[in-house]
Amino acid sequence: MKFKWIVLTFMITIATVLAGCEPLLVLDPKGPQAETTANVIWISIITMAVIVIVVIAMLVNMLVKYRASKQPVDYEPPHIEGNPIVEGIIVGIPILIVAFLSVVSVMSTYAVEGTPEGYEEQEPLVIYASSSNWKWHFSYPEQDIETVNYLFIPTNQAIEFRLYSHGTISSFWIPQLAGQKYAMADMVNTLNVVAEEPGEYVGRNANFNGEGFAENTFNVTAMPHDEFDTWIEEIHETADPLTEEKFTELLEPGHLGLMTFTGTHQDFKPAPEGENGGHDHGAPKENDTESDSDGNSHDEHSESEETDHSNH
Amino acid sequence: MNVNSTQPLEYSTEQNRLNILGFWIFLGCEIMLFATLFTSYFIYENRTGSGPAGAEIFEITPVLIETILLLTSSFTIGLAVNAMRLGRTKAMLGFLAVTLVLGAGFLSVEIYEFIHYYHVGATLQTSAFTGMLLTTLGTHGAHVAFGLFWGLFIFLQIKKQGLTPQTANKSFIFSLYWHFLDVMWIFIFSFIYLKGMM
Amino acid sequence: MEFFERFAIPHPSPMIYASMVAIALVTIAIAVGITYFKKWGYLWSEWLTTTDHKRIGIMYIISALLMLFRGGADAVMMRLQTAVPENAFLDAQHYNEVFTTHGVVMIIFMAMAFIIGLMNFVIPLQIGARDVAFPRLNALSFWLYFAGAMLFNISFVIGGSPDAGWTNYYPLANNEFSPSVGVNYYNWALQISGIGTLMTGINFIVTILKMRAPGMTLMKMPMFVWSGLITNVIIVFAFPVLTIALLMGTFDRQLGTFFFATTDGGMDMMWANLFWIWGHPEVYILILPAFGIYSQIISTFSERNLYGYKSMVASMVLISLLSFLVWLHHFFTMGQGALTNSIFSVTTMAIAVPTGIKIFNWLLTMWKGKIRFTTPMMYSIAFIPLFTIGGVTGVMLGIASADYQYHNTMFLVAHFHNVIIPGVVFAMIAGLIYWWPKMFGFMLNEKIGKWAFWFITVGFCFSFFPMYITGLDGQARRMYTYSESTGFGPLNMLSFFGAGLMAIGFAVLVYNIYYSFRKSPRNIGDDPWNGGRSLEWATHNPVPEYNFAVTPHVISSEALWDQKKRGHQIFRDKIEKIHMPNNTGWPIMVAGLFFVFGFSFIFNIWAGVILSAIAIFGFMGYRSFEKDDGRYISVEEIKETEDKFGGANK
Repeated sequence: MKFKWIVLTFMITIATVLAGCEPLLVLDPKGPQAETTANVIWISIITMAVIVIVVIAMLVNMLVKYRASKQPVDYEPPHIEGNPIVEGIIVGIPILIVAFLSVVSVMSTYAVEGTPEGYEEQEPLVIYASSSNWKWHFSYPEQDIETVNYLFIPTNQAIEFRLYSHGTISSFWIPQLAGQKYAMADMVNTLNVVAEEPGEYVGRNANFNGEGFAENTFNVTAMPHDEFDTWIEEIHETADPLTEEKFTELLEPGHLGLMTFTGTHQDFKPAPEGENGGHDHGAPKENDTESDSDGNSHDEHSESEETDHSNH
Repeated sequence: MNVNSTQPLEYSTEQNRLNILGFWIFLGCEIMLFATLFTSYFIYENRTGSGPAGAEIFEITPVLIETILLLTSSFTIGLAVNAMRLGRTKAMLGFLAVTLVLGAGFLSVEIYEFIHYYHVGATLQTSAFTGMLLTTLGTHGAHVAFGLFWGLFIFLQIKKQGLTPQTANKSFIFSLYWHFLDVMWIFIFSFIYLKGMM
Repeated sequence: MEFFERFAIPHPSPMIYASMVAIALVTIAIAVGITYFKKWGYLWSEWLTTTDHKRIGIMYIISALLMLFRGGADAVMMRLQTAVPENAFLDAQHYNEVFTTHGVVMIIFMAMAFIIGLMNFVIPLQIGARDVAFPRLNALSFWLYFAGAMLFNISFVIGGSPDAGWTNYYPLANNEFSPSVGVNYYNWALQISGIGTLMTGINFIVTILKMRAPGMTLMKMPMFVWSGLITNVIIVFAFPVLTIALLMGTFDRQLGTFFFATTDGGMDMMWANLFWIWGHPEVYILILPAFGIYSQIISTFSERNLYGYKSMVASMVLISLLSFLVWLHHFFTMGQGALTNSIFSVTTMAIAVPTGIKIFNWLLTMWKGKIRFTTPMMYSIAFIPLFTIGGVTGVMLGIASADYQYHNTMFLVAHFHNVIIPGVVFAMIAGLIYWWPKMFGFMLNEKIGKWAFWFITVGFCFSFFPMYITGLDGQARRMYTYSESTGFGPLNMLSFFGAGLMAIGFAVLVYNIYYSFRKSPRNIGDDPWNGGRSLEWATHNPVPEYNFAVTPHVISSEALWDQKKRGHQIFRDKIEKIHMPNNTGWPIMVAGLFFVFGFSFIFNIWAGVILSAIAIFGFMGYRSFEKDDGRYISVEEIKETEDKFGGANK
């Protein structure tokens, strides 16, 4: 059977290619969240490989045993209706496999959505990560600094990324630290991350958002806590403050290099959470109409933005 | 043409039976269409942005008039089909005409209602809520408007050709359509207006 | 002059100008050719105005093949662009347009059309009907689809192609981020062809429920008919959602509403939800008929009845229900929280159970069979392991936590091509080859067919298996380029190589049609595969206009097999005159008006919108006065035709 050989050759090719490469990013985790997903992926790959092998083995068996050239010329295949026992088995086994994977899925989903194991006690470091076409802005409210397109984080520290967007939907993704999550204009998503090894990691927007999508990346550097604190101090000494005009300029579509500022844009242009959230358009609250429309229009119409700010 | 005279006229040929089943399935599509609109409406119901909320713009009087007109028209189209089954062409045409007039009345009041919304500053471009409100009402209104033309053409055909298996079939299908619009209006009345005014 | 400026291309390039010239030349060449051979009359009276389900089916399939080559050219361009790092063959804007049109063309205008084409041709034959329930509506469905397809395809020479992905997520697709008319094209092309699809859905449900041959109860329908019935039920329930979603998108872009905006109460996630509530069932609209085709082919060439008929039907019904309950798995990463994601994760994986049943049933159909390796069977055999791989990677994607890592990567791209190509495309090709003699009265060459099969299958493996690896290595989908340091280069080159092989395969397929048209024998009898089981093989090749000279009688889903082995008599009545629908020119004209309507709306030409809308209503109103009871084919005429085929149905 030619087909079998093609499949075999192909599998060998893949195996060789795989072996010759660096470990794949997703399967080379550097933090507990990514490790959970990597484990889940391995479990599912193995389970699924078994299924594929069984199906291929059954198919090859059928093709070898029952091909016309091996049968007598006058062989007439029998008429076979379904058989409850056989059909019970072919229903039962997939149900068992799916049940097993469902448990894996539910448990791991809760695990990666929550605070990483072992870091529950720690007060997480909050970093706002917001995207604009085609940049990432990182605000460190506690440290009162802001960076563009790069991220310094302390290792072994629970970090809570608050994700949102100044326009299109983008997806915040550092494959070696955690799975991705969307950053959207009218709500804030939370992503819990811990880096357990110092090093440089690639991060990117994974969700297509127009012309500059391919280059919509950022660098992540994980470092011990003391180095991180030194870095913060250095920035406070050297960097310029982020003004509102400067930030508006930064939001213009295009690409920027790495930039650093003191102060964050949260002061004059808060994230769409809490009373600035887009989900709360309901009954108009007292004296809230102003900030309500502000929270939602900041990325759309620069004109209304101007008026809003003059109101502040 | 195989005409089966034991069946009512609208069911009397094979093609007629196919048409009626096909139209029922079409109504299934329409239910999905309106279900999508209603779901979207409920999602946008509280997302009024800087625009008005439902309670601020709804007026009970025109809505009640619309409801009465449409419910009555649903009754008269039923009478029309009944007259058709009895073979009374003139009565059938009369009831069909009354139905269409009532439908036109409904549409006029709805147009008045839309003008009112425009005046109080609730347009398509005001907020997601007003946009969805007008889209949902507008889709229903467009169906009614389409129904008026359809009914008019059926009226003219019966006048010209009399009650044949074809025209009876068209009239019956039209009555299904009209009842459907009535049912949709009851949903709109309860879940958009009453709920909004509560 | 200002009026014409809107038709200009926002991002022109030599390639687009070359395409414009090519389109113009081909159109002129075709027109001149038809005029030269004096075929306009033939074309109009025999094809463009036809209400014959077989001809409409063939027109669907021809259009689908054209779209396959359009979408295929897009695919090769994408693979070429990403074959090496930092390639400058396409810029970002063009790449975005190319992958957007590739997706839309392949799903909506290729796969859907191919499936509907095969359903059109085969289902009435398999249930022993003369035509579909509403032959004119059927013609209108086709022409609306065709108008939509043409509207979409002129976008890249007039006004600019859509560039927000086939998923067209807002706010990317709104006026601020997609200022060209491209997304308007998307909205209207899909809307118009969607209306056609909806009408097809209604038409086929009625046809299957009401027009089966005497004796054919629901549980005695051939499996392809069952899959067609369920598919059309899904169409009827899923497409209205798309209609509304596209309407809301149109309003946002062209009438200034805020449905999917991020201001004034708008909600960008709403589009994603509506899109996938339609989009996921859409996937099953594509795959279920494919399952039906494989069931027929595997049973025919294993010379065995289909194993587990009842569980096959049950599993399809279950799949159709579940297909409406899983849409959220397309955006696990939207932040709904662990509970919602867990629920949808479980429903998603649950689909693997009925799908698994089908795989095992096909394997058990081969068991104790007498397997013949014909070309359609080769595709079906390759389908089983390849689709299993695609299916299990689907289960992997269904695990919500892991999906956070697969989402938006090449892993996902590999997965859905891995189900759609071996699942749908292989089935379409296999079905086309299998039923080809029914359509045209000759067989396609088996030897060339197998060459095409090997090119396409091997090419498929090379194209898409490397993507699983690059996906796990962090290559996001829809990136027009990547730097060398990422290390994605070699595997992407391999994909390009595979795409090349597939392109050769499809070229061989087309050559096969040409070759067989010239060389294949025409006297092939009614059952050229020498193993046909269901009713369609009981009539002649090519099928005469009236399908069956007399009404067939059946006692199982395998009417012809019963006649061969169990002495069942399919045809026992006397020949009588047959009632047929007349040809009509109005469907193509109404669709033409819809084209004008869509085109005017896309460019905000309100006069055109109003005039064409009035024309559409006027036309339909006028037509409702028309009395057309069809025509009869006389007994003498039927006898003459039957004699030509060698006896009145034996």
